[in-house]
Amino acid sequence: MKITEDTIRHVAKLARLAVSDEDVAKLAPQLNDIMGYNEQLQALPLDEVPPTSHPFALYNALRDDEPRPGLTREQALANAPDSDGEQVRVPAVLEG
Amino acid sequence: MTIHSVKAILESLQKKETSPLDWVEASLAEIANKDGKVQAFLHVDAEGARQRAQALEGSGGLLGVPYALKDNLCTEGMPTTAASRILENYIPPYSATVANKLAAAGGVLVGKTNMDEFAMGSSTENSAFQKTRNPYHLDHVPGGSSGGSAAAVAAGMVPFALGSDTGGSIRQPASFCGVVGLKPTYGRVSRFGLIAFASSLDQIGPFTRTVEDAAYVLQAISGHDPLDSTSAPQPTEDFTAALTGDVKGLRIGVVTDFDMSGVDPEVKAAVDGAIAKLQAAGAEVVEIQLPHSQYAVATYYLIAPAEASSNLARYDGVRYGKRAAGETLLEMYERTRSEGFGIEVKRRIMIGTYALSSGYYDAYYLRAQKMRTLIRQDYEAAFEKCDVIVTPTAPTPAFRFGEKVDNPLQMYLNDVFTIPANLAGLPGISVPCGLTQSGLPIGLQMVGRAFDERTLLRAAHAYEQVRGFEMPAPEVNG
Repeated sequence: MKITEDTIRHVAKLARLAVSDEDVAKLAPQLNDIMGYNEQLQALPLDEVPPTSHPFALYNALRDDEPRPGLTREQALANAPDSDGEQVRVPAVLEG
Repeated sequence: MTIHSVKAILESLQKKETSPLDWVEASLAEIANKDGKVQAFLHVDAEGARQRAQALEGSGGLLGVPYALKDNLCTEGMPTTAASRILENYIPPYSATVANKLAAAGGVLVGKTNMDEFAMGSSTENSAFQKTRNPYHLDHVPGGSSGGSAAAVAAGMVPFALGSDTGGSIRQPASFCGVVGLKPTYGRVSRFGLIAFASSLDQIGPFTRTVEDAAYVLQAISGHDPLDSTSAPQPTEDFTAALTGDVKGLRIGVVTDFDMSGVDPEVKAAVDGAIAKLQAAGAEVVEIQLPHSQYAVATYYLIAPAEASSNLARYDGVRYGKRAAGETLLEMYERTRSEGFGIEVKRRIMIGTYALSSGYYDAYYLRAQKMRTLIRQDYEAAFEKCDVIVTPTAPTPAFRFGEKVDNPLQMYLNDVFTIPANLAGLPGISVPCGLTQSGLPIGLQMVGRAFDERTLLRAAHAYEQVRGFEMPAPEVNG
């Protein structure tokens, strides 16, 4: 699978990254190298092997659903780039 | 006052020869004297550290010992940037569990250390803010991603520091900077408040000057945490009690099927010398095989970017961090992320997005997870025959700035010996085992069984006792 400049533009869009033409020209061969190296897993007989998503068997970690103290509104908004003091503010999501 | 080991500081404090404030002042003086050149710290909280030292009470295990944290560990009220523009002005409203535990043990935080942005890198050159230099050779990298923590301990600015290790980010910089670096078993230390890179691989651990100090610090930071659902139920153990100095009968596994062609001859000689010393001290050397480890780097560079691409989706300019202006929400997201992330972070987000994207998931991510199973099973088989596995920590000593930065694949291959332990979730440690002709440190890696840090630390400590030399302090001034 060859990673072209178009692949980079497509993936950047999926990842919500704006990339310059210069970035695209640099990233395409680099990602091609890296994915080319990773390609060595393709030829191996892995069909019967179960996947590992975590190093050890994990069990659901549950707790009682009881109210506990959390961040105050002021704390939660302290790092927001734009807020009206009660909620974060963002550019229009829907037009009109 | 020279900053050496945690143990020496604790002894001096217990005898009342010195006060916690004395050690904070000593640490700040070393930082003032050396950090202009080394550039290990992103943030030094001198006044806060003095106040914390004066307010200390109780009898914690690290009472009065100054330390530093990698800047991806959240500290309430103190900047935490992960060395990224996107978090340049971020001040967390809470602290990481490890920071709370160290504070409860009486440790005194003096500052936050430099790193590769979001812990992605092996040289700390990917920091958005500054280059950290190797205290042993200022035109060489300190390793990464926890390069600032490694350099701060190596240069004697703090007796210990914490880092995080996803594919070698504690052990490799420890190797490059001539200090001890311990990656505990996955789950041993709570990740709550660690800015996530790859959640199934990340683990927090200490940089120290001695193995005994690493045991002290591990004791203080380990244990189950209800705030991290992946933290293990295993109770904290008395790790220092395991350091008997005795390796008689301990089985040291030497891997016979690793490709050693990329290993620097001086590194190989130093590691062989270390194995011989362990053998002379009574350890038994056993040959073992890890046949699937040759695929570890490829496996890692699918799994880690995939997890990163999902973890880093949260940086969208809405609730915290940088925001770039945009007419629409989508434009705001794209501009924020493009201006906020450096090139290596973008590269990894894109690899991960690609590997997880429609039509490729089975071919890449799922196959990598299957290979992860085989790599883990190799270790299980090997640990039937041995108690710890010994390899070089990194194939080379510290390299020069710029040497690998434009060739990401070369940079990734530097992690060939450290990555397998992350994939298998096993504890690993790097201990200095020599210096090259040109004065660069070399690290010996030992990997142990899951949750058997006691045996791992015992082996590493015993090696330290028979090593036959002390790491010379690097000369950094002005």
